Amino acid sequence: MTIDTTRRISTTKLDEILQSYDYKKSNLIAILQKVQEEYRYLPEEALIYIGTKIEGLSPATVFGVATFYAQFSLEPKGKFEIKVCDGTACHVRGSMPVLNAIRNKLNIKEGQLTSENGLFSLETVSCLGACGLAPVVVINGKVYPQMTSDAISIVLDTLLKEEE
Amino acid sequence: MTDKKTLFIDGKEVEFTDEPNLLEVIRKAGMNVPTFCYRPDLTSFGACRMCVVEVEGRGIQSSCTMPPEAGLKIHLNTEKTRRIRKTVLELLLANHDRSCLTCEKSGDCELQKYAEEYGITKIRYAEKEDYLPIDDSSPSIVRDPNKCILCGACVRACSEFQGHSVLGFANRGSKTVVEPMNGRPLGQVDCVNCGQCVAVCPTGALTIKSSLDDVWARITNPEVKVIAHMAPSVRVALGEMFGLEPGENTIGKIDAALRRIGFDMVFDTNFGADLTIMEEATEFVERLKSGQNLPLFTSCCPAWVKYLEMMHPDMLNHLSSCKSPMSMQSPVLVDLIPKMLGIQRENLTVVAIMPCTAKKYEALRPELSQNGRQDTDFVLTTKELGKMIKSAGIDFNSLEPEAPDSPFGEYTGAGTIFGASGGVAEAAVRTAYEFATGEVLQNVDIKEMRGTTNRCKDVEIDIKGTKVVVRVVSTLKEAEKSIKEIKEGKAQFQMLEVMACPGGCINGGGQPASFNDSKIKQERAEGLYKEDEQLPIRKSHMNPSVQKLYQEFLEHPNSHKAHEILHTVYTDRFAGSYKDIK
Repeated sequence: MTIDTTRRISTTKLDEILQSYDYKKSNLIAILQKVQEEYRYLPEEALIYIGTKIEGLSPATVFGVATFYAQFSLEPKGKFEIKVCDGTACHVRGSMPVLNAIRNKLNIKEGQLTSENGLFSLETVSCLGACGLAPVVVINGKVYPQMTSDAISIVLDTLLKEEE
Repeated sequence: MTDKKTLFIDGKEVEFTDEPNLLEVIRKAGMNVPTFCYRPDLTSFGACRMCVVEVEGRGIQSSCTMPPEAGLKIHLNTEKTRRIRKTVLELLLANHDRSCLTCEKSGDCELQKYAEEYGITKIRYAEKEDYLPIDDSSPSIVRDPNKCILCGACVRACSEFQGHSVLGFANRGSKTVVEPMNGRPLGQVDCVNCGQCVAVCPTGALTIKSSLDDVWARITNPEVKVIAHMAPSVRVALGEMFGLEPGENTIGKIDAALRRIGFDMVFDTNFGADLTIMEEATEFVERLKSGQNLPLFTSCCPAWVKYLEMMHPDMLNHLSSCKSPMSMQSPVLVDLIPKMLGIQRENLTVVAIMPCTAKKYEALRPELSQNGRQDTDFVLTTKELGKMIKSAGIDFNSLEPEAPDSPFGEYTGAGTIFGASGGVAEAAVRTAYEFATGEVLQNVDIKEMRGTTNRCKDVEIDIKGTKVVVRVVSTLKEAEKSIKEIKEGKAQFQMLEVMACPGGCINGGGQPASFNDSKIKQERAEGLYKEDEQLPIRKSHMNPSVQKLYQEFLEHPNSHKAHEILHTVYTDRFAGSYKDIK
């Protein structure tokens, strides 16, 4: 399986989202979040469409917002979004070995967001606010506390098994 | 009357009234602080931190964002403020392209100016290694991100003047850049080429795409006859580059300078403007009679035309089919000058000198070409002409004024006011009134249409009992509001004059820098109205050369021949564009 980059956006779907937010400029971030939920990233065409449809916005402005916030991705994300916390507490308690273990296991190189098979995407985040559980990994919103290289390996194995 | 309010600048008591910020009060008091990002016509942004002042009891404040208060004691040049400004300059220079010598903006660059004034002789940081590519895809504007200091003036100009935001900030922190959508080339997005971004840019990050080398190559080629025609706004602004006052009409000197440079014949685009009025007034009278395609939109501004084609292709039927004065004048010259001089078209080069960067784009439009050759071979902006005069070693101020060549250099006052917002409409009404009624219009001054600060004016005209409302707008943001009114069926006007630049062509993207003083626009406009008043003929259809051209060549306004040469067609530029997402 490879990443489906050919997936076309649906203007009907986008209009539906825009409609639910009254095509309002002040709702831009919420709209972008919904769109990202739908496509797992923000396709360029979607950003242009939103910038054209909302009064007072332009594609360049929407692009500016989308690239400002770390929560938005302009590249397709995997089915499983892995976030490794690399805040101070997690870092000193060994988040880097955990990150490297994930990279090796899933064959994701440094600077690469999503694995070749499109199943996993991997990022580090600055702090998840769960320092007491350090080091923390979050996969699709689920928190995995006190991770080690071995522990994360087991977690990933389970996920891979479910996928088969 | 408001009560007298005062504050103290460096111990001097200064009066203030409704100034929006301290910087304006400082400037009014005859003092100044440096700034990169403050532009009086745009919202205050507070990005560059160069305008910092020390306010007693409040510490360091940026003067462009702090409102004045009575009794404040501020100091402009303390040890602290000077140190801050110096550090800002050093940090800006740390990741700025250092090829000042070969920069288009050299000598006219705010960053260079302040670095020199603040004595930055050494940059403590290593030169940056990653250079971003230069974007020269637009026919009008060159964007060099390596020279951008992120002051955001262009972003605000694009959004606040044109409501268009083609340029925006992207990314965050040290990776921040100003660019069109997703780094697309400027030539491939919906930029209207107005050049207001260039006009407000303090550095060489946005510059005018120069045609100087091409024009010099033609001038120095003895085989080629090079002729020029010049738009009204150039004459009231060029002098500023030679230390003259804004609004001073230097037309005679410019004609003389062009001949010294080596132009073989010198004409005036005002003649083309008179032609435009002949056609457009006729078109307007006809539309008023038939009631179709009203309101009529003027079509002189290439940025506005492109905007309508891109954003509202369904409204192109409102746009006058008349070409702009430049694009009327050029084909007339192309048709008649080779015959007059006994040369081939190939050996003639037509140069238009314009206050406008969008004219460079207009000249490239395929419908304004004949047999594969553009009617206007090159467009030079006012700024480029100034450079040309300097590089030719001409002492501009001591030139004896000369007259333009005949017959396409004669013009009326109606032609000359085209340069100011409201001018096209006023000129059109002067002629349309007489065309419609057959009577002489006694008072040609329609002062309600004038002025550079009010960007939207409705003026009611009484054409012998028929009330006609003319709306005059400048900036595309205002134009968009009028379009909305039309689409909602609320519009009460029959003619819409649109100029994309605030105040009209006198404030075009190709004019000498005027961003620090809102009054310069008004002074330039007054320069044009003064010329109008002094000219013996002030109605386009009374121009004897225009009348002769119709008798001998064009027959009558809106004739078949006139349509062939003076009218044009428009294209839907939304369909198939990057924004056309299905």
